[in-house]
Amino acid sequence: MQDYSATLLETRNLTMRFGGVVANNDVSFTLKEAELRCLIGPNGAGKSTFFKMLSGQLTPSSGSITFRGQSIAGAAPHEIARLGMGIKTQVPNVFNGLSVRENIWIAASRKHTPPVSRRITDEVLDKIRLTDRAGDLVGHLAHGQRQWVEIGTVLAGEPDLILLDEPAAGMTDAEVLRTAEIIKEINRTRALIVVEHDMQFIRMIAKTVTVFHQGQILMEDTIGAVMADQRVRDVYLGKKVAA
Amino acid sequence: MSRSLSTGLQLVLLAAAIAGVALAPQVLEIFTLMQITLFAAMSILALSLGFIWGFGGILCFGQTAFFGLGGYAYAVAAINLGDSTGAVFVGMLVPAAFAAALGYFMFYGRISDVYLGVITLTVTLILFNLINSTAGDEYRIGAAQLGGFNGMPSVPGLNAPGDPSAVLEPEEIWFVTAGALIAVYVILRLVLVSHFGRVAVAIRENETRASLLGYDPRLYKLLVFVIGGAIAGLAGVLYTNWGAFVSPTIFALSLSAEIIIWITIGGLGTLIGPVLGCVAIQAIVTEIGSQQEFNSNLVLGVILIAFVLLLPRGLVPTAQILWSRALALKARRGGAALFEGGPGGKDDHIAKAAE
Ligand SMILES: Nc1ncnc2c1ncn2[C@@H]1O[C@H](COP(=O)(O)OP(=O)(O)OP(=O)(O)O)[C@@H](O)[C@H]1O
Ligand SMILES: [Mg+2]
Repeated sequence: MQDYSATLLETRNLTMRFGGVVANNDVSFTLKEAELRCLIGPNGAGKSTFFKMLSGQLTPSSGSITFRGQSIAGAAPHEIARLGMGIKTQVPNVFNGLSVRENIWIAASRKHTPPVSRRITDEVLDKIRLTDRAGDLVGHLAHGQRQWVEIGTVLAGEPDLILLDEPAAGMTDAEVLRTAEIIKEINRTRALIVVEHDMQFIRMIAKTVTVFHQGQILMEDTIGAVMADQRVRDVYLGKKVAA
Repeated sequence: MSRSLSTGLQLVLLAAAIAGVALAPQVLEIFTLMQITLFAAMSILALSLGFIWGFGGILCFGQTAFFGLGGYAYAVAAINLGDSTGAVFVGMLVPAAFAAALGYFMFYGRISDVYLGVITLTVTLILFNLINSTAGDEYRIGAAQLGGFNGMPSVPGLNAPGDPSAVLEPEEIWFVTAGALIAVYVILRLVLVSHFGRVAVAIRENETRASLLGYDPRLYKLLVFVIGGAIAGLAGVLYTNWGAFVSPTIFALSLSAEIIIWITIGGLGTLIGPVLGCVAIQAIVTEIGSQQEFNSNLVLGVILIAFVLLLPRGLVPTAQILWSRALALKARRGGAALFEGGPGGKDDHIAKAAE
């Protein structure tokens, strides 16, 4: 049904300035339907800023964003969400004072009837392996589990494009593996952009990788080519090893 | 299971409340009955702020703006219509419309929480001064003279629906006021279990997450604010009807502050807490007033400080915590090893939920 060669998301000359700081500079980026893209780059490269513009949390200083042919630059977050984009933010955004189940249900129930919402909630709880903690307050969970709750809310909203900003941060090795598994499973039907610093994790899921550096796209290629590239080593891996 | 248990408990308490309202006139003297009628009207005001602050996360420093508008709108409408039936609705619609306009400006204008407090406070002051300066003969709406700082005396009391000649007796006014309190409580409960209410609470918890899931926080906050305005208006109607009088002091900032104290003491994030806090404080203030020994503001201040230091969550959430601790202890005594490690966590959850 879906035309996998069609463009899902496109940015042109996207730029974000904070006073004198240019967090994103002239970023032109294209993603196809049901594609999985990894986004890497050193701290402060502008990855989260890029996500914030895509999801409507920031209005770009200049440039355009097109999602499914619709211009969304500067639109409100809830409008973009309703078009079918979901995001797990870098700093966790969950409903801490509500139960795990309520978190997921709030997401699922936006466009479904109560019985369907309950079914989706149960499915998602199972997928993120938190069924037995469904009644617990999210604020009481470990960091890794709260990340999953947030991923769960994103999944329950059934978006066509999912942005994940450092989904594996604070997770145990087993949890990281499970997250990689979930991402691959989601990718069978939906597009994703995943930001991660954990290169092992990137290797588990990556096909195409885009490298950000100082607010610009440094290169875009297969994981193998990116890992072998000297410039990437210099700006990213070099820094990381040194750190 | 625990959910249906608590629903059952609530239904029992509701039945008890209705029975209490029905029996009160038989047990109480007329003076006491009128006193608790006033408490009931003020409890509705407490519920209005308890709802928007505790569940919508909107701290309004000027809830008396809607209370006062309700009172005045009722008085003006009742004098002009000669029948209280429609006037009650006018007394709710005017403050609701005002809340809609003010809320639209605040929420869609992305005013921060701090300024929201300042704006609501200022608007209340403006309304006070505005009404206060309507002393001249020229300030009349139809047959109703606004009267400036003197207020409007002899506001028509509630009559039987559609029959202006059947003015209600104090006993019937008690039924109407206490009945309205129970109705407002039940309606807010239903709102809170509805999809709208659950999303509103989620927005209180994390506005960013809610918007990233496709909910427009501005719209939800606006609706919560309007519901609160209408309920505060109803309280103003009943208050004005109780005294057959309304004056600019109905907009008093001291009352706005007192509502916040009621809620702090009773428990933010609950519905019954604001009602209990309101009744308790009103009873204490009335008692002090009749004894003339202490300054009631001083006592109020001491009570507030004591609560903030000793029971910061307020009465109802603290009682809930103690209750669940007691249950946990009982479960442990019963030798249920299954519960090991569980009960402590559970207490914390309830404590957290009350925040
Ligand atoms: N609201 C803001 N105001 C000013 N500067 C900002 C703001 N947000 C981000 N920046 C700056 O923009 C640059 C890019 O930040 P961004 O958070 O997008 O980087 P990142 O690639 O996500 O980094 P990390 O890997 O550490 O998460 C940084 O220099 C940061 O300090
Ligand atoms: Mg980042």
